[in-house]
Amino acid sequence: MQLVDLTKHFGKVKALDGLTLDIAQGELVALLGPSGCGKTTALRSLAGLQELDRGQMIVDGKDVTFQNANKRGMGMVFQAYSLFPHLTAGENVEYGLKLRAHKASADKRKHRSTELLEIVGLSTHRNHYPHQLSGGQQQRIALARALAISPKVLLLDEPLSALDAKVRTQLREEIRRIQLELGTTTLFVTHDQEEALSIADRVGVMRNGQLEQIAVPSELYDRPSTAFVAEFVGLTNPIQGKVSAGSIDILGGSLKVLPGSITSGTGIALVRPESIQVESNKSGEARIFSASFLGASCRLMITLSDGTRITAQMPSSESVGLVAGASVNVSVLDLPVFVKAVT
Amino acid sequence: MGAEPLKRTWKVQVWRRFIIGFVALYLIVPLYSMFDFSTKPFGLQDKGRNLRAWRIIPSQPDLGIAILRSLITAGIVMLLILFMVVPTVIWVQLKLPKLRRPLELLCLLPLAIPAIVIVVGIAPLYRWISINLTESPITLSGVYSMLVLPYTYRSLSAALDAVDIHTLAEAAQTLGASTFRMISGVIMPTIRTGIINGSFIAIALVLGEFTISNILNFKTFQVVIAQIGRSSGSVAVSVSLASILFVLVLLLLVPAHKRREEVLDVDLA
Repeated sequence: MQLVDLTKHFGKVKALDGLTLDIAQGELVALLGPSGCGKTTALRSLAGLQELDRGQMIVDGKDVTFQNANKRGMGMVFQAYSLFPHLTAGENVEYGLKLRAHKASADKRKHRSTELLEIVGLSTHRNHYPHQLSGGQQQRIALARALAISPKVLLLDEPLSALDAKVRTQLREEIRRIQLELGTTTLFVTHDQEEALSIADRVGVMRNGQLEQIAVPSELYDRPSTAFVAEFVGLTNPIQGKVSAGSIDILGGSLKVLPGSITSGTGIALVRPESIQVESNKSGEARIFSASFLGASCRLMITLSDGTRITAQMPSSESVGLVAGASVNVSVLDLPVFVKAVT
Repeated sequence: MGAEPLKRTWKVQVWRRFIIGFVALYLIVPLYSMFDFSTKPFGLQDKGRNLRAWRIIPSQPDLGIAILRSLITAGIVMLLILFMVVPTVIWVQLKLPKLRRPLELLCLLPLAIPAIVIVVGIAPLYRWISINLTESPITLSGVYSMLVLPYTYRSLSAALDAVDIHTLAEAAQTLGASTFRMISGVIMPTIRTGIINGSFIAIALVLGEFTISNILNFKTFQVVIAQIGRSSGSVAVSVSLASILFVLVLLLLVPAHKRREEVLDVDLA
């Protein structure tokens, strides 16, 4: 699937500004970004629910740019609950099958819907109406309904954002399992980075209608190519230092700078909290301002000798003795960092 | 401590019964009075209560045909609502949200304009229809479908506001539904209760309308009742009461129909 140069204006606002994206067969790509970055517009135009000013969309080698939504064969799961309230769960799943040009027989439809209800784990709820289902169950049925038509591409528009935290985690893993089992090419839009990083093959970070960076989750996290990506995905500590010969000097160490960073002068390194090493030392110049226990890990706020405050994160097992008020030595792991210009 | 909410429920109960009782009286007393009047002795020759006024209803000239005409008119109005007003309101809500306010205003106009003014306005049109097309009172369905707009529009727009029809419409489209199938197969069943309510209010209104049909000289149900009333008060009252009960039964059918369905849902579960 290819999206080429998608552009869309809403009045003066540029929702999409030349978005170009390739998705391989069977791949799950997540589009991540703050609200208003154009990720939902991209998804909706791919579904045919939004007209574009410019651009081209190719699915399976066919240009679908001007095809109507009902002819595109995309399965979509919406953020809002979208089950048809007058139909049972089973009838909802069969709805798309009934509309196919080569109408499947009632037996085949039932067989297919049973199969999908089993996949989403709700085969016992076939005769329930949407108002008798919980939010998570409704979204599962919506997923089954979207998959029933064997879509060319599965489009997920923040399908989990209306659910509570526990159901959300559970369901996102289930979406990934089903997607891998069926091998459906999937585009997943979300503003929740944890969601995107945990289930996607590749994550694209969007900003102002453009793709800032698209990469596998670990690369996106460890090797951001712009300051926006570094700051949007995960936490960073802005630490000032001198850049020269492809390195920056901060916290007593010299770290390689990532491509795209500034190459000379004074810059701000964006350092991950887990790259900060903290050592208990009575004569250390830094002090722990506060310590928060997060279960498996522990997060420390540390005041450096010059007054700047940084955040460090480490496994809880390594945080013994690191309590608020303790004096510590702070160093940094030798990993490449992104360095932005001082503004 | 525990007595406080108990006491409150008790008070609430009393209030609830009082209000329900009051409203029931308000509605039932006039109906009972009508019944009472219709069974009063008919003249000097009558002794005591009797149902003569009710018994001679079927023998009234024009009455049967007038009822039939009014029912046919109501049926046509209902079809116009179903095939013109409902799709229009849905379409405006879905695709032309900017037109929502103007449409609402337009639909409320018949409420603001007195019936007599409407009659004066449309009289020439109906004169032309009578001369060139047909003299049938069924042509009144045109002006009636306009008169019922405020009520049908309200119940439709309330039903549409209660659900996220944009998402439902988009979901249906991505699953392969054409615009026609999306509206007829998804949106209309979803707002079914609103459509039914709107239609029944419309029927009640059409069956009860008098001013316009009388002035335009069409013999509808209400006009015939008024005619009967001029010769025999108690017969007219008994016919009116019968028509009120008839409409009441129609209106009661709606919630009963809904209730049955809800029970069905639970059974299926």
